[in-house]
Amino acid sequence: MARIELSKIAHSYHPNPAEPADYALKRIHTVWKDGGAYALLGPSGCGKTTLLNIISGLVTPSRGQVLYDDRDVTPLPPEKRNIAQVFQFPVLYDTMSVYNNLAFPLRNRKMSDARIKERVLEVADSLDLTPFLNKKAAGLAADAKQKISLGRGLVRSDVAAILFDEPLTVIDPQMKWELRRKLKEIHEQLKLTFIYVTHDQTEALTFADQVAVMFEGEIVQLGSPQDLFENPEHRFVGYFIGSPGMNFLKCTIEGASAHIDGAGCIELAPEIAEKGRKADGKLEIGIRPMYLKIHTRWTKGMLKAGVKGVEDLGSYRIVTLDVAGRTLKAMLSESEAVPEGTVGVSFPRQWIRLFEDGWLIK
Amino acid sequence: MEKWPDNKAWLLVLPVFVIVAFSAIIPLLTVINYSVQDIFGPGQSVFVGVDWFREMLQDYRLREALWRQFLFSGLVLIIEIPLGVLIALAMPKRGWKASAALVTLALPLLIPWNTIGTIWIIFTRPDIGLLGAVINNLLGIPFDHTASPLDAWITVMLMEVWHWTPLVALLAYSGLRAIPEAYYQAARIDGASAWSTFLYVQLPKMRGVLTIAFLLRFMDSFLIYAEPFVLTGGGPGNSTTFLSLYLVKIALLQFDLGPGAAFSLIYFIIVLLFSFIFYQALQRVGKGETV
Amino acid sequence: MGLTLKDVDKVVGREIYLKDINLHLEPGSRNVILGRTLAGKTTLLRIMAGLDRPGRGRIRVGEKDVTGVSVRKRNVAMVYQQFINYPSLSVFNNIASPLKLAGLKKDEISRRVNETAAMLHIEDLLDRLPAELSGGQQQRVAIARALVRETDLLLMDEPLVNLDYKLREELRIELQEIFVRGRAIVVYTTTEPTEALMLGGNVIVMDEGRILQTGPTPEVYRHPASIRVAEVFSDPPINFLKGTVASGSVQIGERMTIPLLGHLRALGDGAYTFGARSNHLFLTPNNEDDVKIPARVELTEINGSETFIHARYDDFRLVVQEKGVRHVAIGSDIDIYVNPAGFFAYDADGILAAAPA
Repeated sequence: MARIELSKIAHSYHPNPAEPADYALKRIHTVWKDGGAYALLGPSGCGKTTLLNIISGLVTPSRGQVLYDDRDVTPLPPEKRNIAQVFQFPVLYDTMSVYNNLAFPLRNRKMSDARIKERVLEVADSLDLTPFLNKKAAGLAADAKQKISLGRGLVRSDVAAILFDEPLTVIDPQMKWELRRKLKEIHEQLKLTFIYVTHDQTEALTFADQVAVMFEGEIVQLGSPQDLFENPEHRFVGYFIGSPGMNFLKCTIEGASAHIDGAGCIELAPEIAEKGRKADGKLEIGIRPMYLKIHTRWTKGMLKAGVKGVEDLGSYRIVTLDVAGRTLKAMLSESEAVPEGTVGVSFPRQWIRLFEDGWLIK
Repeated sequence: MEKWPDNKAWLLVLPVFVIVAFSAIIPLLTVINYSVQDIFGPGQSVFVGVDWFREMLQDYRLREALWRQFLFSGLVLIIEIPLGVLIALAMPKRGWKASAALVTLALPLLIPWNTIGTIWIIFTRPDIGLLGAVINNLLGIPFDHTASPLDAWITVMLMEVWHWTPLVALLAYSGLRAIPEAYYQAARIDGASAWSTFLYVQLPKMRGVLTIAFLLRFMDSFLIYAEPFVLTGGGPGNSTTFLSLYLVKIALLQFDLGPGAAFSLIYFIIVLLFSFIFYQALQRVGKGETV
Repeated sequence: MGLTLKDVDKVVGREIYLKDINLHLEPGSRNVILGRTLAGKTTLLRIMAGLDRPGRGRIRVGEKDVTGVSVRKRNVAMVYQQFINYPSLSVFNNIASPLKLAGLKKDEISRRVNETAAMLHIEDLLDRLPAELSGGQQQRVAIARALVRETDLLLMDEPLVNLDYKLREELRIELQEIFVRGRAIVVYTTTEPTEALMLGGNVIVMDEGRILQTGPTPEVYRHPASIRVAEVFSDPPINFLKGTVASGSVQIGERMTIPLLGHLRALGDGAYTFGARSNHLFLTPNNEDDVKIPARVELTEINGSETFIHARYDDFRLVVQEKGVRHVAIGSDIDIYVNPAGFFAYDADGILAAAPA
């Protein structure tokens, strides 16, 4: 069990970093609680894999410290930290049986055969691997292989945290559900600290209790999936979370309304409008596509929009709207009527967020 | 109607067929033809059936040469494969050092085979050869491959190992470089020792290239001719007369074409048989559903 | 010119890669091959391209039989999962390479390269080498090279699978617009139902080397002809309930009896499997015809805007996809509501017996 603290971490792959751009990680300062399910989410090149490798000990950070339960482990290699890792592609000992794969970390730690057997059977049972124990690991399907990789971490009773580096990359969509579900069950059961790195928001959000959204070497926001969705602290989080991402419209505040140049006014919550009036940066309103309401007839308080396209995605539809030359996306459920021509779009007040220079006004 | 507009492509393969026919099939048929006849001279021959095969199989010198050959090939494999793997493991992984090591390693492979024999003759001469002089004069151990069968064997083995271990090393190195970094990371996290990592990660991942190295080295060493011919000429006595040296003695020096042909075929079948057995065995290692 | 495959088989050793493939693709159509890993998608693309020869069967472009004609002589472009570009050529020369081979004039080449590059938003990168680009940009170059030739057939083998989620989303929208504008037959493979739906056009559902169903994508999505198609074409996984129809009602497990209404009335007595996608299951009733499934919660997943509740009724594992954030305790008993009017009914052989209109 471990609480993992990342203290003022910065890392550069350059020998003599000079400018901020030389740093893969700029400044990471955060604490992962014991037994939490965390995700590091971001586009490629955002530094999430570097951060994972720093936590596991494969990379030593240029600056800062890694603490496990207040113990400084920064200089320690992975084998001296109580962690296990599941990689993007299944990493197995091909010549060994599934049983021996699972027993391997314990044998290396000189555990007695009887104890090993007990642990392996226990873990195999919770991962549904019992029928395969005597098979060669090499011949199994990708999802079973990933479970073995996970199992090699779970057998060790000293493991405090399991790190996942995009573990579902090679798994088919339907099997992803199965495997993710298994991961969550294991997490519920064992309460280990899980840290999951991915670029896929669905995986990150459904898996983790707390998601750290990373962008250009920094954690932009650490929060619950609901928080990230409803209150993105930066427009990048708004864009990156949700599919399609948040709609943004440049605006100025006039009284209690946001004025969209050439398109009209949208009424804001009074306290938001007040903060907006005091702000002197560039202002934008943001709203999630699922909260936009489309009306067949325009009335006051709405924006006038032209329907540019409707995509049928099965369980819902995405409507692309043109509002005075700006594009908005709205989501409709399967049962709602498909709009066409010119429509009115209303912005429910409680879901409008105001951003100043890209940052959320709270 | 079946039509394959691309059939012209077969024409491109034709030269290969012709070359293979001239270089392999026709000579093989000629050898088979010789092996069942007693040839006195051009146009004078008698069909003798399998007599030559019977005679060759009863020839004690052939049997001796065969055992010698097995011993030689066995030693070659036992020494060169592990040594090659060791060298590969010790080689630098990247940068100019890796390039330098690769070039150095490849040098012996670039030297013509008969030159190798000559190099080692000079190298091991007791009077002026660097190695020979050092052993004889500085260490005071009498060493002469022209006089002692054991010294001759040691010299031939040294030459062979020096010449061909780099090939094994290069193959093993390429196999090692192809292992993704994640495997090493996983092994570290699992607490594997360097030996376990070698045994369960590196060795299995090198299986393919090592199979190739094993087969190449077996066949090559089993057919070795030029280097010992130049170095020892098969002596002293018959102590380094390997199969090919003996075959040449029968077929070309004594001009016994019939027995020579029968010998060749037996030789050919042995090589084929062992290559097949080794290949099958090595394929099976690490495969199969259950343990 | 349309592309027709007739009775195409591909067997390697004892393994069947493709079996009984019959397909006709209209000129200018968008076709998405949807199937799981090893379903035979890539093999089929390779045969369409002329990279592989079918074991049996014919391939026609328009009226012309092209079975066995090499890929060089066909008017085909292909984009792969991996980002494949010429590493020593600049982006401009990469895109220009097929045109140079075709012997076009310099100004024509430069015009078309610039046009295509602009379409894929890489016009500012033309002087760079592929190694200096990000993964997304590299794939844009590869796609541009495929598009620039204006081929009759454009094959894309999971082209976005190695890109970030968000990049995929953007490129998918752009590709869709490009496909609509172009005249080529586009064939695009994917394992993801959502991607198939986003690209629109027609879908070809494959499994174990066979084509299971073809048709306009939303139509196939709403009328999966077999259990297997329903499985392959659902993300999250579709829910199945097995039941027995007798004397005007369906008995599912011990605690559920559903009256036969609407399209289900057409079912004869016997055993059926009823399928309902997770977004049609709810925690609250919406309709007076809704039936109640008493279930126990096994797990919940919250993705910020939706909650997935994994629950079990008897031996049936169910997933409910609810809007908004719902906190449901694991192990608690809940009622799941579903309207049977939306059920797909499959017979004992897994073939669609009744579907909502």
